[in-house]
Amino acid sequence: MALPPPDPQFVLRGTGAAVHTLRFSCGGQEPNVPLLFSGSENGFIHVWNLRTHRVDTTLDGHGRKSVYCVETMGSKDRLLSQGRDQRICLWDLAEGRSSVTDSVFTENVGFCRCSLLKVAQERWLMAMAAKALEEVQVLELPSKTSVCTLKPEVGAKLGMPMCLKLWQLSCGSQPLLLAGYEDGSVVLWNLSAGKVLSRLVCHQEPVMSFDFDSEKAKGISGSSEKVLSIWSLNEQQNLQVYKTHKLVNTGISDITIRPDKKILATAGWDHRIRIFGWKKLKPLAVLDYHTATIHCVSFSDHKNPSERLLAAGSKDHRISIWSIYTQT
Amino acid sequence: VCFVPGGLDCSISFVSRVLGKVCVHGNQKGILSVLVPHLADLTKSDCIWQRICWRLVECVPDRWMEAVVLGFVQRAPRADVLSRLLGNLVVKNKKAQFVVTQKVLLLQYHHPTEVLQNLLGYLSLDSLRRALLIRVLQELLEIWGSSSAVRHSPPEQQQYISKAILICLSHLKEPEIESCRQELLTSMMEGVKCHLDSSLPQIRRLGMIVAESISSKINTDGPVLKFQYEEDDEARELKSLLVQTPPSCVVPSLPDDDRNQKADAELPLVLESNEKSHTAASAMPDEELDAELDSDDDLIPYDMSEDKELKTKAPVYIRECMEVLTGSEDVDKWEATVKALESLVRKNPAATREVSVELAKILLHLEEKTCMEGFVELRRRAQVAVLTTDPIPVAKYLTSQFYSLNYSLRQRMDILDVLVLAAQELSYPKCHRKTEHSDAPKPCIQLLPGSDSSKDWRRIIDERIKSKTRRFAKGQSQVELASSPNEFNSVAGHFFFPLIQHFDRPLTTFDLLREDHFVLGRLVHTLAILMSLAVNTTAVPAMGKALLELVWALRFHTDSYVRQGLLACVSSVLLSVPVERLLEDMTEQLLEAQSWLGDVMEKDPDGDCRRLALQNLLLMENLKKETKNSPL
Repeated sequence: MALPPPDPQFVLRGTGAAVHTLRFSCGGQEPNVPLLFSGSENGFIHVWNLRTHRVDTTLDGHGRKSVYCVETMGSKDRLLSQGRDQRICLWDLAEGRSSVTDSVFTENVGFCRCSLLKVAQERWLMAMAAKALEEVQVLELPSKTSVCTLKPEVGAKLGMPMCLKLWQLSCGSQPLLLAGYEDGSVVLWNLSAGKVLSRLVCHQEPVMSFDFDSEKAKGISGSSEKVLSIWSLNEQQNLQVYKTHKLVNTGISDITIRPDKKILATAGWDHRIRIFGWKKLKPLAVLDYHTATIHCVSFSDHKNPSERLLAAGSKDHRISIWSIYTQT
Repeated sequence: VCFVPGGLDCSISFVSRVLGKVCVHGNQKGILSVLVPHLADLTKSDCIWQRICWRLVECVPDRWMEAVVLGFVQRAPRADVLSRLLGNLVVKNKKAQFVVTQKVLLLQYHHPTEVLQNLLGYLSLDSLRRALLIRVLQELLEIWGSSSAVRHSPPEQQQYISKAILICLSHLKEPEIESCRQELLTSMMEGVKCHLDSSLPQIRRLGMIVAESISSKINTDGPVLKFQYEEDDEARELKSLLVQTPPSCVVPSLPDDDRNQKADAELPLVLESNEKSHTAASAMPDEELDAELDSDDDLIPYDMSEDKELKTKAPVYIRECMEVLTGSEDVDKWEATVKALESLVRKNPAATREVSVELAKILLHLEEKTCMEGFVELRRRAQVAVLTTDPIPVAKYLTSQFYSLNYSLRQRMDILDVLVLAAQELSYPKCHRKTEHSDAPKPCIQLLPGSDSSKDWRRIIDERIKSKTRRFAKGQSQVELASSPNEFNSVAGHFFFPLIQHFDRPLTTFDLLREDHFVLGRLVHTLAILMSLAVNTTAVPAMGKALLELVWALRFHTDSYVRQGLLACVSSVLLSVPVERLLEDMTEQLLEAQSWLGDVMEKDPDGDCRRLALQNLLLMENLKKETKNSPL
């Protein structure tokens, strides 16, 4: 007899608006408090204290325009946030400060979340959607110099980039970019040459989100249709569809694979979080708590496996925190 | 006919006279079927023979010229052959010019398309003759654009003229188009207007196709006129006339055409197979990963039986439905309500009766909020359900709204459709009534209105006519299953009389007798259906009398759709009103109608009207016979 699905461990309330993005920062040693950063539609970034379950700090840097991406840069003191005011802000949060140290004006009015990759000490690459419709620009931070602009060829009709992920096979090797586009295809870009290495059409509808496991060279993408698509990257750097999984209801807004690569979570438009095993995409659980579409899911980066958490942010203004499959 | 060329001066005038006389006496077919192929062969390369042939036709006396020229035009296989045979006859001879440019194109319309192609191609092949081509085109456009021609000429002639225009357009060259661009534009605008005004869908489509073709010819680089209409064989055939195959390579290109077509067909096949191989390669599953040891097995899944499809709940009370439809911002709930409304209304008749007029009002004004499939059908069924649950007040409301200000034509026609569907439902015995659930909602938008009810009345009346004309005056030969009171009986009058009352009273936005003659046509058809459904009700004689008066008032209407409706009304009166009442109460009207029907049968330009008039006269004859046969 299968157990009924678990309830959330706790629920964070008080954002006052739909939650679009979540990021944990729990890796620090004691006395550092585990934190959760959340970006909301009202332009605020809330820093939640996961011990007291209350907001420690509220950051207001995007002119009350929706914040749809929040990333930590190494530690909890450095934060990057992206908002619909066409800006990407870099924050300095050390020692109780909360100030914007730098910002990048992207001139992009879309919803594509940027992607960060640490390439060296104090050097990051950031991929973001550029001003022109189909282009992706890669900047180096903190210098903000442009590394390359990835323009699809004329007639490719990819549409807007919907989601990005920078990755490298191992530290020091060539960074590559995976981008999911509006026409349903996932493209692998070579950054140094600025060329397409492989393109795979895996959905009929725009790719809403994807995640990639660089060790197994396998990725999973979700779209506004009822299908999850799993694809792999072979030695010739070609993308191939591995299999597809049919869902009960349409629409996936976010997919994320847990850092230990055992399970993955999807955020659905049908208000439910689904957990699958990553090896074979075995459905494991359907977590039903929210009353509106879920915008984002995120796994925590706790060093102690038993403390690991899953957070889901929804349009109903709540963030649910779950503790699931922590024994493995 | 074996002349030996070689410097001999022959006089051909005798041969011409023989040819002319034979043709005029009706043996065109016989002599020309032999002569034309021969001459075609001989004149192919030999100039002398060409000149002989030209002299032959030129010398035919004027009184026989028409027969000869017509014969040649009909017999010639292609335009260039005709050109070789006739030469510049049309330029030199007045009678030939009249036959070719006026008689065949404007006064006759029975010739097949090939004849038109040959004739107009012939006109276009020589520079002397091209001036005639332009003049022909102008005259054709004048007729095409005249509203009285559109209204009064039979559809077959209009199709013929449209074909001629398209072929002319295909022959025109750039400089010629330049010179008469303005004229083409003006005539196109006028023509489109009167074609779109017509109530017959076929005429509208002809107008649209020709206007599109003209527009594409005169605006080669700018935006081109584009209409939306049903593409069927006829439309495709008309459009194919616009494309010209050059005459010189028609014969040898027949095998070429096939080859070209095959080559074209091969290219897309090759492209397709390339694409297929690409996707096949990319969809190859990676078999390796399956062989790995599955360490996922230690993750135990939770119970997922609650995971079902998400459905928005529809309201369960009628009043709640009304609230959602009038005010709610929640689009999902609105959609669910629209889908559930009909069954709710039918399950709760008492609750519906309390709010019937309100609900009918909401439904009449309900507009599509989201892109829902089958919205029109769902709304219509809900309206019919409301009307059948509480007929009298809702019918009163709907018929009064039909004649009110500020409704769109679509809404008025919706009212008529709903009344007909509800009347149909009410007049059928309850146990026979099956609520048909259309499983596949019709996704297409009704671009050509009038399709439903016009087919309906035809079907009903045809069935009735069939059944009546075979039998003698006996009762229904069908075995009646369980019977129940005819619910339409008590309400037939409420459906019928308010519709008939105000048809001649114009409102500021709605004038049945003038611009809105299409709605008048629909109204008349609706009345015919209501009349035929009212058979065996007590109000039928009064309805019949009122309907015949309406028919008499409108009988000379210019719109053929309206006339068809009026004739359908007469049929339905003859079929529904019991014979005794017809003969007692309506004798003078029937006699007047009879003489009118005879007139329509002979002189009406529309083929359907003539047929219906004939059917009505037959019905009347049958009724007279029946009364004579019955033992009274």
